[in-house]
Amino acid sequence: MSKKSRLFRSHFRAWLAGEEMPLRERHVRTLHKKPHERPEPVPEDVRINRFIHLYHVSAVLVAVCIVAVLLYTVFHLPLFGSANNPASNEVAQRYIEQGLEETGAVNIVSGMILDYRAFDTFGESNVLFLAIASVLMLLLRDRNNIVLEEDVHEAHERVIEKANEDVILKRVANIVVPCILLFGVYVVLNGHLSPGGGFSGGSIMGGGLILFAVSYGPERVKTFFGWKTFRAIVVGALLCYALSKAYAFFTGANGLENHIPLGTPGAILSAGLILLLDICVGLVVACTMYGFYALINRGEI
Amino acid sequence: MSVVFECLLLFSLILCAIFALTQKRLLMVAIIYMAYSLIMTIIWAMLQSPDLAITEAAVGAGVTGILLFVTLKKIHALKGTKDE
Amino acid sequence: MKEFFTTVISYRFEIAAMVLFGIGFINLLLQRNLIRKIIAFNVMDSSVFLFLAAQGYIQGRIAPMIVNGDLSAATYINPIPSGLVLTGIVVSVSVSAFFLALVQRLYKKYGTIDFDEIMTLAKKEAE
Repeated sequence: MSKKSRLFRSHFRAWLAGEEMPLRERHVRTLHKKPHERPEPVPEDVRINRFIHLYHVSAVLVAVCIVAVLLYTVFHLPLFGSANNPASNEVAQRYIEQGLEETGAVNIVSGMILDYRAFDTFGESNVLFLAIASVLMLLLRDRNNIVLEEDVHEAHERVIEKANEDVILKRVANIVVPCILLFGVYVVLNGHLSPGGGFSGGSIMGGGLILFAVSYGPERVKTFFGWKTFRAIVVGALLCYALSKAYAFFTGANGLENHIPLGTPGAILSAGLILLLDICVGLVVACTMYGFYALINRGEI
Repeated sequence: MSVVFECLLLFSLILCAIFALTQKRLLMVAIIYMAYSLIMTIIWAMLQSPDLAITEAAVGAGVTGILLFVTLKKIHALKGTKDE
Repeated sequence: MKEFFTTVISYRFEIAAMVLFGIGFINLLLQRNLIRKIIAFNVMDSSVFLFLAAQGYIQGRIAPMIVNGDLSAATYINPIPSGLVLTGIVVSVSVSAFFLALVQRLYKKYGTIDFDEIMTLAKKEAE
C-alpha cells in the first residue's frame, strides 16, 4: 500500500465526513494565513492608540526604575562568598552538624528537603499535580471537547507519522532509552547518598519516557503506561507521601517514638523515610513530565 | 582564574537571553533557550550545588525544550514542515 | 575607577541576576508574541534562582555532601538556598507547561498568537 493511496483514502474519508475544504489546502496553515475573518489590528479609536503608546512608555519607565533600584541595592549587599553572610546562621549550622544523626542522610540537601522541610516538598508535589490537572482540563480530548475536523486532522497526522517512521531514531532509542531509565532509577534511589534525589531522577525518567514515546509512537507506550496506570501512580504516590509523613509528624509532635530505623549512613536502605519519599516524588515528577508531553502533543495520555 | 571563567559564563548568559528574545523565527528562540539552560547548568555546578545542576540539565534543556518544540508544531509556526 | 571595577567583579552573580531580571521583565511587558512572553518569564525565573543560590555560596568550601565523616559546619556551603531553588526549578517548568497549554488553546480559538490581536478579537466578541 503506497503512501499516495493511503493519502487518497484518508482524503476520501474526510470528504465523506462532510468537510467543505479538502484536506490538502487545510494543511497550508501558517501564522500568516488565518482561518477566519479578522478585523484589522490597528485600532481606529485615537484614545486606544494613545493608551497603547502610553502603555509602552510607562512599561519601559517602570522596568528601568525597578532595575535601577535593584542594581543600586546590590552594592549594599554583604560581600559575595563571605563566611559571615547573614544567610548562613545557626539554622544552617544545625542542619549540617546534626543532619547526619537526625535524618541519616549523607546528602544534606536531600535530608533537609525530605525530613526537616518535608512539608514544603509535599506542597511542591501538589503544585505538580495541580499543573497536570489543569493541563488535563485544557487539553484532554474526550466527548465534551472534541471537534470533528480536528479529529480528522489528527487521524491524518497519525497516518503520516506511521508512514514516515524514523529508523535512526528507533535504533538510537533502542540503546539510549534503557540507559536513561536506569540512570533515572539510580539517581532516585541514591538521593540520600549522592547528588540527585526525587526531582532530578524523576525528570530524567520522564525524559526517557518522552524519548521512547517519540521514537516508537504512542501505541507502544500505552501497552504499559496508559491512562489508568498514570492515574493510579500519581494519586497513589501523593497519598503515600502524605500518609507516611503524617505519621512521622504525628509521632514527632506528640513526643512518641516512631519506630522507623535510621540504618547506617552510606547504605541504600537507610535514612528512615527518605528513601520512600524520594521514590514517591520521583514517580510523580516522571509521570507529570510525560503527561505534559503527551497532552500537548496528542491530547490524550 | 575561575573568576574569569565565571564572568565569561555570566556574560554569555546575558547574551543568550538578549538573542533569544530578538529572533524572528520561533524555532531559534527555543534552541537558544536550551543553550541558556545549559549555561545555567554549568553555573550551578560552579556554585557547588550538584543537585541543582542535575535538575536544571534534565528539566531546562530536556523537558521545557521538548514542550516548546511540540507547541510550536501545534501552532503551525515551524518552517519547512508540511504545515508551511 | 579600579575600585569600582573590583566591586563589580566581586558582585558578579548578583549584578548578572538583576540584569537578566530586567531583560526578562521588559520583554514580558513589551513583546507581542505569546511564546516570547513565555521565554521572558522563564528568564526572569532563572535570574531569581541565580540570585538566591548565589547567596548560599561561601568561598573555599565544598558542596553539601558529607565526606570523610567531617561534620563541622566550616567545610560546607550553606545548604538552605539550594533546597529552596530545587523546589523553584520544578515549579517553574510546571508553570511553563501550563502556559504552553493555554497558548495552544488560544491559537485554536483565535487563530493567532499575537497578544494585541487576541485582545481586539476578544473585545469584539464581548460586545
